[in-house]
Amino acid sequence: MTSLAIIDSGGANITSLLSAFERLGVTAELTSDATVIRDADRVVLPGVGAALDAMTRLREARLVDVIRDLKQPVLGVCLGMQLLCDASEEDDVDCLGIFPGVAQKLSVGDNCPVPNMGWCATQLTAPHPVVRDLEQDDYFYYVHSYAVPESECSIATATHTRPFSAMLGRDNFVAAQFHPERSSRAGSRILNNFLGWTP
Amino acid sequence: MRFRNHRIVGDILELAARYRDEGADELVFYDITASPDRRTVDRDWVNSVARLLDIPFCVAGGIKTVADAEDVLNKGADKISVNSPALADPELIGKLARRFGSQCVVIGIDSQADSDDWFVYQYTGDPDKTQSSQRRTLDWVREVQDRGAGEIVLNCMNQDGVRRGYDCEQLAAVRAICDVPLIASGGAGSRQHFRDVFAAANVDGALAASVFHSGEIPIPDLKQYLVDQQVDIRL
Repeated sequence: MTSLAIIDSGGANITSLLSAFERLGVTAELTSDATVIRDADRVVLPGVGAALDAMTRLREARLVDVIRDLKQPVLGVCLGMQLLCDASEEDDVDCLGIFPGVAQKLSVGDNCPVPNMGWCATQLTAPHPVVRDLEQDDYFYYVHSYAVPESECSIATATHTRPFSAMLGRDNFVAAQFHPERSSRAGSRILNNFLGWTP
Repeated sequence: MRFRNHRIVGDILELAARYRDEGADELVFYDITASPDRRTVDRDWVNSVARLLDIPFCVAGGIKTVADAEDVLNKGADKISVNSPALADPELIGKLARRFGSQCVVIGIDSQADSDDWFVYQYTGDPDKTQSSQRRTLDWVREVQDRGAGEIVLNCMNQDGVRRGYDCEQLAAVRAICDVPLIASGGAGSRQHFRDVFAAANVDGALAASVFHSGEIPIPDLKQYLVDQQVDIRL
């Protein structure tokens, strides 16, 4: 039985994430306790809300270095993915620096309202165990106003007014801009792959 | 999904699971009697739904305060939709957006043509209490965006329940001034109506209830049809 810690960065509604893992047979623990996080087999960094609030809470809970030093599989979701990058233009806040790049505000375009909220076809751009058995152009559910540009760590991309990183991967860290817990069967597959992943 | 009290929770879960499995992209739960009756909704069902669904869902009805919204979101809803209470207290929109983020805050608008313009109606859950708010629909669409709405569901009342198609003219007029996601509601009676509203009004989503409840339009058939018609949609 794998132990799964979901980092409580405050404000985030994680009921859907907890339920999604429950449907896969794993009871996750929501925690901001550094020891629990360090000792977990797997760690999820979720996030809904503003980057500055979330980073402030991580700093206050003394979790910044804890997260940077994790060696087990770590999954960032939505804002959690942006927090794993160098910085966010939202409030000009420095983030955790696992992945290169700065989250930038999406721009409104034809057929592209902001926030980008809905199902977007997503392209796989590099092989990774967490995207195993997914189809090219599978749809995932996105809710975001900021996005991370493509980089050498991109493993999937999607397009709003321009392409952005849908998923990032480096060493034991992987992250999704979309919400796998609300992305039907394709999302469930990603969570299941994550649970079976040995970096 | 419209329902009137918590005794039918079993039905809600059954229907939610059915739509999940059929490939619905999002579910909206309307507790349509909540506002006219001024009652507090028993919301334990929200948590049961949240555990069941692997697609986003929104709860509408009776959300009048930040605390109401917090309760629903903490129970696992992805969004809350506010209609009459936002008309009574427009500042509520900004309070909700600042507390939870715009992405959670859907504004439902019941709109109807009157002489040569469109106007917003309120308390539409009860025919006896339905009244014009005197607000022009296009003014209200601009205002709710300025106040922080993250999505607008425009329910065109002239079309609602008559199944003659969405009100593409009105939806296109709203689309032209709407920079947040816009969802069409009211009037779906055939697969072509869905295609038409995506093509003519460029909406981000199309909402329907009765044609799905009755099974008259199976969701998998509809989605395959729309893909064949070049609509960008998840199968």
